[in-house]
Amino acid sequence: MSYLLRRLEFFLITLWAAVTVNFVLPRVMPGSPAEAMLVRFHGRVSPQAVKTMEVAFGLHTDQNLLQQYVGYLGNTLHGDLGVSLTFYPSTVVQAIMLGLPWTVGLVGLSTIIAFVLGTLVGMLSAWRRGGLLDGILPPVLIIVSAFPYFWIALICILVFAFTLNWFPLSFGYDLDQQINLSWDFIANVLWHGFLPALTIVITSIGGWILTMRNTMITTLAEDYVKMARAKGLSPVRIMFMYAGRNAILPNLVGFAMSLGFVISGAILVEIVFNYPGLGYMLLQAVNNEDFALMQGLFLLITVAVLVAVLIADFLTAWLDPRTRERA
Amino acid sequence: MGVNLVADPTRAVASPDAPRASVLRGFGAALLGNRKAMAGTALLVFFALVAVLAPVIAPYPPQAILFDQILPISPQHLLGTTGNGQDIFSQLVWGTRESLAIAILAGLAATAVSVLVGVTAAYLGGVWDHVLDLFTDVFLVIPTLPLMIVIAAYAKGGGFWVLVIVIVITGWSYGARQLRVQALSLRNREFLDAARVRGERSLYIVLAEILPNMTSLIVANFLGAALYAVLAAAGLQFIGLGDPNELSWGTMLYWAENNGALLAGSPQWAIAPGICIAVLGGAFALLNYAFDEIANPALRPVKRRR
Amino acid sequence: MIQAQPETVLSVEELCVDYVTDRGPVRAVDRVSLEVARGEFLGIVGESGCGKSTLLFAIARLLSPPAEITSGAVRFNGRDMVAMRDEELRHLRWREYSVVMQSAMNALNPVMTIGAQLKDVIHAHDHMGAREIGERSREVLRLVGIDPVHLRSYPHQLSGGMRQRAMIAMALVFTPELVIMDEPTSALDVVAQRSLMVQIKQLQRKIGFAAIFVTHDMSLVSHFSDRLAVMYAGQVVEIGDTRRLFAEPKHPYTAGLMGSFPSITGPIEPLVGIGGAPPDLAHPPAGCRFHPRCPRVMPRCSVDNPDFYNQEKDLVRCFLYDGRAAGAERVSQLDH
Repeated sequence: MSYLLRRLEFFLITLWAAVTVNFVLPRVMPGSPAEAMLVRFHGRVSPQAVKTMEVAFGLHTDQNLLQQYVGYLGNTLHGDLGVSLTFYPSTVVQAIMLGLPWTVGLVGLSTIIAFVLGTLVGMLSAWRRGGLLDGILPPVLIIVSAFPYFWIALICILVFAFTLNWFPLSFGYDLDQQINLSWDFIANVLWHGFLPALTIVITSIGGWILTMRNTMITTLAEDYVKMARAKGLSPVRIMFMYAGRNAILPNLVGFAMSLGFVISGAILVEIVFNYPGLGYMLLQAVNNEDFALMQGLFLLITVAVLVAVLIADFLTAWLDPRTRERA
Repeated sequence: MGVNLVADPTRAVASPDAPRASVLRGFGAALLGNRKAMAGTALLVFFALVAVLAPVIAPYPPQAILFDQILPISPQHLLGTTGNGQDIFSQLVWGTRESLAIAILAGLAATAVSVLVGVTAAYLGGVWDHVLDLFTDVFLVIPTLPLMIVIAAYAKGGGFWVLVIVIVITGWSYGARQLRVQALSLRNREFLDAARVRGERSLYIVLAEILPNMTSLIVANFLGAALYAVLAAAGLQFIGLGDPNELSWGTMLYWAENNGALLAGSPQWAIAPGICIAVLGGAFALLNYAFDEIANPALRPVKRRR
Repeated sequence: MIQAQPETVLSVEELCVDYVTDRGPVRAVDRVSLEVARGEFLGIVGESGCGKSTLLFAIARLLSPPAEITSGAVRFNGRDMVAMRDEELRHLRWREYSVVMQSAMNALNPVMTIGAQLKDVIHAHDHMGAREIGERSREVLRLVGIDPVHLRSYPHQLSGGMRQRAMIAMALVFTPELVIMDEPTSALDVVAQRSLMVQIKQLQRKIGFAAIFVTHDMSLVSHFSDRLAVMYAGQVVEIGDTRRLFAEPKHPYTAGLMGSFPSITGPIEPLVGIGGAPPDLAHPPAGCRFHPRCPRVMPRCSVDNPDFYNQEKDLVRCFLYDGRAAGAERVSQLDH
């Protein structure tokens, strides 16, 4: 229990840190870009909204820093992140809600597939040391995992979409379609989402395979695996229940921690494919100097990663009885 | 307890605290014998040479608008020309400098911060350790690209130094965590107690006893950080947050994408710098992995006997 | 074809185990032959690196690369285990012979309860219903003196001694004929060590299994073993009745060992010890492996490799006993 409480504490502190970064940045960066942004809003947005933004960016207020900070925290907790310049007149929160399901679907699905596949392959390749899998995979994967996400995306587009014409070039669905829940539409979405998903899986799977393989190799040398062999347990059972279950533990932690990197890559993939998710939205925000939206996206992505970390922590506690008691 | 059969107490199994010289020698031998390490090193050397010899290798000044736009591959233009009429091959060659420089500088700086935070946390222990550890974890979890994007956007799209700073800010935490763990395990070893008993000061202990034993991990960290720097810089520049007027592989990609190179008949404009980025990153990754194998012999390739 | 006597549970014949390294094969176990009779307690002693653990794992067919058995046979109730394939071996494992390892903390799966691990091993070899499994598990825990409530405990929740006894309980779940133990007491304190040994001996009397006990602690094993085998540099140099070995050690190495520790009851004598260091197994000395350190070395010893010689029902690998004393016979192969 104390383990989970500690993880919760970590969650809250990181959340606070992210919010504070959002507070500090506009006040620290030179040139006061937020000011320029706010100017564009004047006269088009309700005074209330302007007030919120001013608190968020620390402009034109007669409040001292602490008051601004408290006000900002209050606004954030209420879900008021300001108005988006890009999607005017929608608020930042509304804009994010538009793109969220796309990103969650794409990134969530691809990452889970990559993790599960990668872990399995890593486990197998360690189990059969010296086999074909073990000899070829590591060098190949090392190289592939060093490729930039967006470059693989470009190659995929070039080969599969442009040259072979198997998949569409960009976007999340055919623009002449209505967004609904019909099978037609879903199929269309999947067809559009295949290449981006493939890109994410290709680039991230290498890491999972390698780390699982390494931890598995170490685990296989443990005495309890030898003991399991001595007891005559079936090889499958040993591989999963004795070796695999112990080897995956450090991986789970690593999985959560590296989500930040995975999300970063996914953002680039979305951009290359013009996929209507949060990553693409971030680019639009940058191009429009829409700082409110940018910061909102940053906050949301951080929250998403933190939630995933927390889930991974719960999983670890569930799978490893020793962590439950660690102070 | 009983009586143990030890005929000669001076015959000890080789301890990890073997004399420095033989450790280095073993290191070098292991490096030479490791194919991945050789491949990675060869690639790095190749890029370094290209960067240094750029004026000699590149046929034309890279930024000069001298030619027709979007020319195909030909003997005069090994990779064709850009949408502005610049020679792509020359750009590629000259771009090596900035890309390599960012990788190495940012990598070094990030590693330095990692070592500082990680080792200090481990050495101080107690409350400070907890605080620094929390600090590290927070930075570790916060997604890097969004943070980099926000900072770079505020900086109005920075050039070389903004990129380096942003990379260091987001990239030091991974190494700090690893180093802290190893430093912690070293901290409790007897030879440190021996040093303390001898009356050595803390700083000396850290510099002369702890750090040398962590060399391979520190080097591995640098390689990892450099890899991260290559990809992060490329990513940021690709989006347009680098300085588009600087010349590096990432900015080349930016211009290529903006001109629709892929689909407009000049795919090599996008593919070539991408390959270079990938290969440079791959070189660092290979070396990184090789160091992992050297440090942990169990990971080395096994020949299968049937 | 006359089967080996049902009295002999295990028969190791000229077993050789090599470690395949980059510099060539290193012979860790060299032509080891020994026998274990039904219900007998055989101790194997030797210093670190003498190959006793390797021998044990070879017998239990648990070696992993780069170690492998290169020649010889291990006959369990007459059947050669070296020739068997993994599938056949699996049927033998645990039902006929089981293994107890040195550190229970490392030998027990940390993420499974004791009960779950017992269930696993029972499942692997038998088709008992859930209730029977529960009963048998509780029974076997009680046998070693552990409260059955610990079926639900994880390994890290038990004390060191309890973990070790839990391992022994697991080893006995099918009342095997042979239990192979690799220094099971090394990780325990003195008091726990002794109590564990006493318990093992009691169990042995009760259930009737034969035991091979590998250790570096001679004094501990000498109280409990029927016969003792002394290993040096990958070879068994002497094997015989424990009492006799202690009273009259024949091989110079064994004699040196006996002289290395003081007797509590005897007169105060200066300790002698054995000069020199054990050989590098990659380049063993020519001839007898012990000859560089032997106080009674003869010219012949640096040239020829001695075989086992029978000396009053003990076997000694030393030229001193080659046709010298009365009744000595040259024994190159076991042919009981």
